[in-house]
Amino acid sequence: MIEIHNLTKKYGSHIAVDHLSFQVERGKIYGFLGPNGAGKTTTMNMITGYIGATEGEVRINGYDILESPEQAKKCIGYLPEIPPLYMDMTPNEYLKFVAELKGIGRDEREAMIRDIMETTKITDVQHRLIKNLSKGYRQRVGLAQALIGYPEVIILDEPTVGLDPKQIIEIRDLIKSLGDRHTVILSSHILSEVSAVCDHVLIISKGKLVASDRPENLSAHLAEKMQLSLTIMGEERLIRETLRLMPEIRKYEIHHSVEDGAWDIELTAGEQTDIRKKLFSEFAKLEYPILKMQSSGKSLEDVFLELTQDEQAADGKEEA
Amino acid sequence: MRAIYKRELKSFIASPLGYAFMAFLILIVSIYFTKYSLMDGYPWFGGILAATTFVFLIIVPLLTMRVLAEERRQKTDQLLLTAPVTVSDIVLGKFFALLTVLAIPMLWFCLYPLLMMSFGKTAASVPMDYLSIFGFFLLGAANLAIGLFISALTENQVLSAVLTFAVLLICYFSQSLVGFIPGTANASLIGFTVLIVLAALVLFIMTRNVLLSGSVAVVLEIILIAVYALKNEWMENAIAKVFSVIDISGRLDNFIEGIFDLSGVVYYISVVALCLFLSVQAIQKRRWS
Repeated sequence: MIEIHNLTKKYGSHIAVDHLSFQVERGKIYGFLGPNGAGKTTTMNMITGYIGATEGEVRINGYDILESPEQAKKCIGYLPEIPPLYMDMTPNEYLKFVAELKGIGRDEREAMIRDIMETTKITDVQHRLIKNLSKGYRQRVGLAQALIGYPEVIILDEPTVGLDPKQIIEIRDLIKSLGDRHTVILSSHILSEVSAVCDHVLIISKGKLVASDRPENLSAHLAEKMQLSLTIMGEERLIRETLRLMPEIRKYEIHHSVEDGAWDIELTAGEQTDIRKKLFSEFAKLEYPILKMQSSGKSLEDVFLELTQDEQAADGKEEA
Repeated sequence: MRAIYKRELKSFIASPLGYAFMAFLILIVSIYFTKYSLMDGYPWFGGILAATTFVFLIIVPLLTMRVLAEERRQKTDQLLLTAPVTVSDIVLGKFFALLTVLAIPMLWFCLYPLLMMSFGKTAASVPMDYLSIFGFFLLGAANLAIGLFISALTENQVLSAVLTFAVLLICYFSQSLVGFIPGTANASLIGFTVLIVLAALVLFIMTRNVLLSGSVAVVLEIILIAVYALKNEWMENAIAKVFSVIDISGRLDNFIEGIFDLSGVVYYISVVALCLFLSVQAIQKRRWS
């Protein structure tokens, strides 16, 4: 579907995107994740042909974006970070213009625009000037613009930035529903968004791809250990004894709890072992009540921080 | 291209800018027409057009300032450049929309010679008047193309308008400015040296390459001095000859006399083509830097 090979963009001596290579398969939702300034927007601008790459190539359905831009661009709908809207038009006029720009035949245009306005729920505002619309509606009009011509690939740059929580949920649901008919690539620096919407996550940092996997694999893969935090009421000596006799526990820490007579315990167990049941029955034998037991297994958040911070740490060393 | 042309034209009609352009052009020409032709009985319409070319200096920058600059500022150029159209399509669509706005007052002016016939103007001279309107239209087209190019260079509308005004002003007064420079070979040598330094400066600003711009300046200066030493007579009045190239309104003279000046047509079309080509290059260059 989309093949990206050795894509590089330099601004003077600053490397915004550094030899990026990956492939995008048909019919999935891809999340492009990275901290601000990681090169997400630059990469998207290169994929869509808005800016040229310093090095490397982008192929969309086999068409090179620079050699045969018209065929390649026909396969893509793009919603940039700031929706490219003409403030002096109404959504209806605007979508008609975009349809003509994308070379959609006169007879298909009407029905297509009506259908897309239904999908993005902007039918009600279609005759109001875009400059008078709220940010959420503008974002929808921008999304509608990307959908014109039903391109196979939809590329969305930070589609939920600046929206209120309700609008965010609506846009996310819309994006999910697009996944049935289109391949979607969306960029975000919000992890929960990516894990909620995407089938596949690409994490980039400093212009380099640092991870590419399904979100659940990504967190499972890097969360080798199981971490639990407990609060148990009882005698410290006996609690320590019990914990020491459990071979699965690699290490533990024990502190006074805020509650009288209770102890807070942070423990780390071995890979893929669930010791919660065992802990329960051991302490039940002692008649020590477990007041709290919480698993703190690694979230995508930790994975993300770990990956992007490693990169930054390595960078710091180089500079030093 | 059609889509861009239609949208651009619609936005000119929807905003006061397009109307202001047309109204102002018609107003100024009509004031001259009323005063000289209707009240004083002056039969030569070309002369009226020749006297009103200064209008373009004022209204062209206002019409062209936002044409490409605004797309960049509003980020709508992302839509155009990622759509399956070429950059030339975008520039041509914009230019033809500008041309349409210019053509409407011209059609209006075509009525004036007919009106003058009722005051005893001979029918035989009407085609000559139409020829001068055609020349006036070409002059306007060249001015608009220059404005379009300057609008492609910046995302700041005000800067675009001011720069366009400055460039058109220099073109407009180029002949009278050259009158201040003596026609001697020595004066030409100094004048060309100044031009070479300016060209090198522009080259440096565009490429940020000291070696390139410096060596270009040195090579040009050596050629200049060689010509000065060997063919001194070539340098007489040379500055004036070079400046006549940018004298856009001067090419109107023959049209005003009612003469079909093929070289003038070629000149105006070349100016338009060059400016449109440079606009496309300016947009392309930005995508690659």
